[in-house]
Amino acid sequence: MPENSVSADLQTGSDKMVEWTDFERDTIKDIFSRIEYDVVGPAALARCLVVYPWTQRYFSGFGNLYNAAAIKGNPMVSKHGTTIMHGLDRAVKNLDDIENTYTELSVLHSEKLHVDPDNFKLLADCLTIVVAAQLGKEFTGEVQAAFQKFLAVVVSSLGRQYH
Amino acid sequence: MTTLTAKDKQTVKAFWAKVSGKSEDIGADAVARMLVVYPQTKIYFSHWPDQSPNSPAARKHGITVMMGVGDAVTKMDDLKEGLKELSQLHAFTLRVDPGNFKILSHNILVVMAVMFPTDFTPEVHVSLDKFLAAVSLALSEKYR
Repeated sequence: MPENSVSADLQTGSDKMVEWTDFERDTIKDIFSRIEYDVVGPAALARCLVVYPWTQRYFSGFGNLYNAAAIKGNPMVSKHGTTIMHGLDRAVKNLDDIENTYTELSVLHSEKLHVDPDNFKLLADCLTIVVAAQLGKEFTGEVQAAFQKFLAVVVSSLGRQYH
Repeated sequence: MTTLTAKDKQTVKAFWAKVSGKSEDIGADAVARMLVVYPQTKIYFSHWPDQSPNSPAARKHGITVMMGVGDAVTKMDDLKEGLKELSQLHAFTLRVDPGNFKILSHNILVVMAVMFPTDFTPEVHVSLDKFLAAVSLALSEKYR
């Protein structure tokens, strides 16, 4: 059982491909075609910085993060939230090879940005909440399962190059 | 991490006042999602004839859980004392692995986002997350 967050636990080794059902593929692509990256990304990142304030450690150059209102209105937070969504888009377009798609990003987050990989799960949970709010009732349990599985693969791939 | 500030308590009480009218639907949806998204949790319900997420048993269980959450809102100044009996139940009878409290809490938060997208702001989210973590801790109190 994962202790630090509730993103669905996955066993992916480098010799094991993630298998997606047709429902999962269609659902993931559908979600990403419907959400606005420059709305959902900023909202998810801002929520993460508010709900898990220790994540602010990675954004000390972003200026005013003193309270929820400041975080929500911070243009650097918004811009980075959108950047994150475009990064996820690459995984959506390469569902069968997310691991290799993210090799460089994983190295970047480990070697240069020094991000604790547990934090990826925190952002993933906030993204789930924001997408749930956007889609409402259409975010059924089955849709949630597909989305969380996708994020779990992303999170696992981003953590792969850490050593 | 689980000390609730005065602001947290106020925020949770105000939000609960807004949403408690729907607590049965919230609970039912949270349990249904848990069974679908985290199928390993079904092991605790192997005694149900129908383990599907929208079965009458699942809905009833969701209602029971949310009644417990609502009760915890009234006892938030001393959850350890207030949830003593529930903790004994979970520790000695149900023996639910405490990791599952986090899972169910997450699904409660997802349902809040689905049902109350405007009211479930980041500020409400953080206080409710802290509150549910405090409830989970109180429920684990008697485990060992």
